[in-house]
Amino acid sequence: MPPESLTCKECKAVYPLEAKYVCERCFGPLEVAYAPAGEIDTEELRRRIQAGPHSLWRYRDFLPLTQAPPRDTLPAGWTPLLRADRLAEKLGLGEVWIKNDAANPTHSFKDRVVAVALARAKELGYQTIACASTGNLANAVAAHAAAAGLDSYVLIPSNLEEQKILATGVYGTHLVAVRGNYDDVNRLCTEIAGEHEWAFVNINMRPYYSEGSKTIAYEIAEQLGWAIPDRIVAPIASGSLFTKVAKGFEEWIELGLVNGTVPVMNGAQALGCSPVATAFAEGTDICRPVKPDTIAKSLAIGNPADGPYAVELARRTGGSVDSVTDDEIRAGIKLLAETTGIFTETAGGVTTAVLKKLAERGDIDPSERVVAVITGEGLKTLDTVRGTFETYEIDATYDAFEAKVPGAVAA
Amino acid sequence: MAVTVKIPTQLRAATGGASTASVDGTTVGEVLDALYAEFGELRERIADDGGLRRFVNVYIGGEDIRFLDGLETSVSDGDEVTILPAVAGG
Repeated sequence: MPPESLTCKECKAVYPLEAKYVCERCFGPLEVAYAPAGEIDTEELRRRIQAGPHSLWRYRDFLPLTQAPPRDTLPAGWTPLLRADRLAEKLGLGEVWIKNDAANPTHSFKDRVVAVALARAKELGYQTIACASTGNLANAVAAHAAAAGLDSYVLIPSNLEEQKILATGVYGTHLVAVRGNYDDVNRLCTEIAGEHEWAFVNINMRPYYSEGSKTIAYEIAEQLGWAIPDRIVAPIASGSLFTKVAKGFEEWIELGLVNGTVPVMNGAQALGCSPVATAFAEGTDICRPVKPDTIAKSLAIGNPADGPYAVELARRTGGSVDSVTDDEIRAGIKLLAETTGIFTETAGGVTTAVLKKLAERGDIDPSERVVAVITGEGLKTLDTVRGTFETYEIDATYDAFEAKVPGAVAA
Repeated sequence: MAVTVKIPTQLRAATGGASTASVDGTTVGEVLDALYAEFGELRERIADDGGLRRFVNVYIGGEDIRFLDGLETSVSDGDEVTILPAVAGG
C-alpha cells in the first residue's frame, strides 16, 4: 500500500508527495492517499508485522515513506498496553486498558509523529527540521534531530513548564521562546515555513507527521490480539491524534486485518481550552477559537486545525467531546497514578478525568472494553501535583516514626 | 486608508508572485474586497458565500479577526493584515 499522492480532504484535489500541507485551490488540509491494497493475504501480513521491529516501523507498510525507514532514528512506539482492573473497579467499569505512550523515547506520543515526519523529510532531502510546540513536540523534534544529525529549530510559548524547556535545550537545538501563546507561535511558524526551506514537522510536513498517530491504533489492535476495542478515550488539542487513531482502525478493518467497527470515540479537553467540546455541545462543527487558560498546556491549542473533523468523528461513532476543570485534571492524574502506577502529565489527567466523567454519566456499558490513550509523562508537569499529598518529615528516631506516621505502630 | 496585506506562499500564484499588496479599506471585509478587485483569482480561493472559507485565518497585527469583529473589524492606516492557512500545528 505505497503512498500515492497528497489529496485535499475538502475538494479532493491531488498533489505529488512533497512538503505541502494546504490545498492551493480551496485552502483545505492535504492528507496522504495510498495505492489500493488489492488482494491481501491477511495471515501473511500479520506475520510480517509480528516479525517487525519493536517500534512503529513494524507498521511501515501503512506509513507514508517511499524507502526503508532510516536506521538512525530513536525507536518510537510499541508502548505498553496495560489492563487497569483497579481503575475499572473504582469507576464501576468492566474492562479498561491504558495505552501508555509516556513510554516513548522522549516520553510522549510525539515521538511517533516526529519519527515519521523526519524520515519523510530525509527522503525529500531536508537538512533542517522545525516545529511549533506546546512542549512534548519540542522534546521529540530536538531529540530525533540530534539522533539523525539534522539541524533543528524549536519554537515554543515562553511560559512553558520548565521541565519541557530543559528537556528540549539539552539536545542542542535552536530553542526559540516566543512571547505569546501556542496559537501565536503557530501563526509565526506558518509564516516562517512559507519563507524557509525547512521541514516544519507540524506545518509543511503535517500530512506525513499526522500519519504517525495511526500507529497507536495499530498497536492497540495488535496488543489486544488483533481486535478492536469498543471505545477509545483520547485527548484533543489540534484533533490530529484523535482523528488519526480512528483512521488507523478504519484502515485495518478495510484490509480485513481486524474485524468489527471503529470504536466509539470520546475526546477529552480541558475546560480552559475547549473549542472542540464547545462545538460538539452546540451541535456545530465550527470551532470558535479561544484564548487558552488551563494547566494542561500540552493541550492548549485555542485554534484547533482538525477541530471540525474531530467533532464529526465523535458524532459519527456515537461518542462525545467532553471537558474537565483544572481540579478534575489534578484528580485525574492522582486517580491514574494511585490505581495503575502510571504517572501522567496534565493531558493524561484530562483523559482520565473524562473517562471518569463518562463512567459517572452512565455512558459506558460495563460490558465494554475501553482503552484510554495516555499521551505523556508526569515528570514533565511536576508542579501540578505539588501539594496534593502529605509528606511526613521526622527526626531519624524510631519514636518519631511511630509518633508521626499513620500505621507505623508495630502490632 | 492604505493597509498592507501579507499574502501566504500558497496564494502567490494568484498575485503574480507578490508577497504583499497595498490596498484601501476601512474594515477587513473592505480590504479583502479591494484585494479581490486587484487579484480576481483570490476570491474563489479563500472566500465563501460572503465570508471566508473555514480553513483560512486572517490576522490584524497578529490578532485573529475572530477575536475582534470578524470581517467588520475596522482597520487603520498602516495596519498589517495577514492571511494564513489554518491547517497547521498540533
